[in-house]
Amino acid sequence: MKNYKLLSGNEALAQGAYEAGLKFAASYPGTPATDILEYLAQFKEVDAQWSINEKVAFEVSLGAAFAGVRSIYSSKHVGVNVAMDPLMTATYSGINAGFVIVTGDDPGMHSSQNEQDNRLVAKFAKIPLLEPSSPQEAKKLIKLAYEISEKFDTPVLFRMTTRVAHTKETVELGERVEIVDKPFEKNPRKYVMVPANAYKKHIDLEEKLLKMQEFSDNLEENFIEIKDKKLGIVTDSVSYMYVKEVYPNASVLKLSMPFPFPNKKIKEFCSQVEKVVVVEESEPFIEEHLLQMGIKCQGKHYTYRVGELNPESVRDIVEGKSKTTYPQAGRKPVLCPGCPHRATFVALRKTKVVVAGDIGCYTLGATPPLSALHTTVCMGSSVTIMSSLTKILGKDKAVAVIGDSTFCHSGIEGLVNCAYNKTKGVIIILDNGTTAMTGAQPNPATGVTAKGEQTKRLDLVTLCKACGADNVEVIGDSSAVIESKIKEYTAKDELSVLIVRIGLCKMIDRSKKPAPKFYADKCKKCYMCVSVDCPAIFKDENGNIKLNENLCAGCNVCVQQCHFAALEAAK
Amino acid sequence: MDTINILFCGTGGQGILTAAEIVGLAAMYDGHHVKKSEVHGMAQRGGSVESHLRFGKEVFSPIIECGKADFLLSFEKGEHERMKFMLKKDGIDLFEDFVKGQEKITNPKFLNTYMLGVLSKHLKISQESWEKALKSVIKPQFVDKNLEIFKSAI
Repeated sequence: MKNYKLLSGNEALAQGAYEAGLKFAASYPGTPATDILEYLAQFKEVDAQWSINEKVAFEVSLGAAFAGVRSIYSSKHVGVNVAMDPLMTATYSGINAGFVIVTGDDPGMHSSQNEQDNRLVAKFAKIPLLEPSSPQEAKKLIKLAYEISEKFDTPVLFRMTTRVAHTKETVELGERVEIVDKPFEKNPRKYVMVPANAYKKHIDLEEKLLKMQEFSDNLEENFIEIKDKKLGIVTDSVSYMYVKEVYPNASVLKLSMPFPFPNKKIKEFCSQVEKVVVVEESEPFIEEHLLQMGIKCQGKHYTYRVGELNPESVRDIVEGKSKTTYPQAGRKPVLCPGCPHRATFVALRKTKVVVAGDIGCYTLGATPPLSALHTTVCMGSSVTIMSSLTKILGKDKAVAVIGDSTFCHSGIEGLVNCAYNKTKGVIIILDNGTTAMTGAQPNPATGVTAKGEQTKRLDLVTLCKACGADNVEVIGDSSAVIESKIKEYTAKDELSVLIVRIGLCKMIDRSKKPAPKFYADKCKKCYMCVSVDCPAIFKDENGNIKLNENLCAGCNVCVQQCHFAALEAAK
Repeated sequence: MDTINILFCGTGGQGILTAAEIVGLAAMYDGHHVKKSEVHGMAQRGGSVESHLRFGKEVFSPIIECGKADFLLSFEKGEHERMKFMLKKDGIDLFEDFVKGQEKITNPKFLNTYMLGVLSKHLKISQESWEKALKSVIKPQFVDKNLEIFKSAI
């Protein structure tokens, strides 16, 4: 009997890679790509690791491919930016055993700071690009990706989007094929990218691109469906599924390998239909190529470069309309009840300093009523932005806030730079013992690997001292204590690190303490308790304070705000 | 059979994704092609959650087109208002059943299972597949209680 499962696009991709004989995987957590590595970590045949950041993940997985085993790198789209340095040269050196780079793009920014289109990376780096439109196809195409990688001695870019990555579909499971390791041979002309060698490899790469273009033209996964010849749609990724839904009778050219572009197939298709429309999410990647080929085609209005597509927007694009409806705002996400970060943000709000923030759960401290985070750019940027804010605005005018995992990712370099360049200021490390935003993955400061094994634990205190911090103090108390410590250290003419350890992330430590007592007769309705932005305490329609004891974790941060003894910690 | 479109909506922690998973598995056990789509970036932190479940002979789009949902299962009043436009003209809105469920079921953790029982009355999915799906998603120690609640809604 066939073995069917309901798998997400990421799980199907990972299952396909496993079946293709994968032996090595590295990643850094980031939505929508996190669950690829989590799925692979369950297999004893796969050496899977959370690396400290994407550059490192890329290099270790490339190293495994050099060493002769099929290997995979995965991260979210902005993670690929961090890995761009090794990526842009791995395309010259090529690989040994198959190597696939998975990018989890996030059109619509469900959980990201931008919606960059990483299809452009394939063109920039001169590597083949594969794009599935569904989980079933992700499983099929990842196997093809390893064949292409080994056939052309090149990394392959495999682009998922949030919609493909998180859609679940009935997928048939197959058997794993064991691949014999390829011997590593010393070959400086291939593996040592100094100018003389790289120059020759660049010539090889240009020739390879022509061969890959021919391959793309003959690939059956780039397919033409001729139906009504009045309308011909060129499409890729999940847009193909929307096209099939909305225009079941249209003729379609579906690009599973859009780069190198299958020029012959594109010409063949476009010559058969009366009107050509390109339906693609994000940038006009395919449209611009068709225009460059001199093909008359209709692309999408620029307003549709923003956000995800859906069946309705595909209809708009084909009809040549602009975008008129934008996603309605749903409920805003907030820090969990009992979140150990809450007390710090309540304290920061009171200090009135500028807070250079970072990427993680604590980014949620930016929205009202906490409003205690004032810049967020990218991973690790809190420490570095703070170092300039303090130099220009004054040493007591700004602090940095960064989580333990983000600090390990790229905050350490910022701290070394602060010490080296004489920054005076305060860095607050919110240590909840995990990578919380992406679902509680371990990191070096946790001391546990992706496989769940114990390992050396990074000692943050010793590390920060070694990096050159004048003061390193671990605190873990009420918001009032945190507030006074921030004031104490920002007044100093020194570089200080405050490590706040109040407890573990509530996704790991689900234990609860009893909810506080509320005395309605003492309540003056000042709403200070509600200003801590906790889902467990809120104002009802009549302006009365209500506690949800089911949600409350008993952290008492709200109690610390009440000046009228209307809230009392449970004994 | 035409594709069946079911939209679930509510907020993080209400068991919406679990409920959609159970329907998806039950439909799969009955031999349907299933697609289920949701975005779970911020859901764990109390943000909006919606899950689109589609099954039939061959499903293309992973998300339901506006005004094409056959069933709407809302677990929260605000989200219900926000998502009502997705229901087709003669589509079935199960929000009243949810409100009734809130009165009947004391532990909110079981409300999703109650709603699955309500939904099962409208779908041609075998009882055997429903039970198999419930058993494969729910922790063994809670299976009996969930089955009891599921049946109480039928």
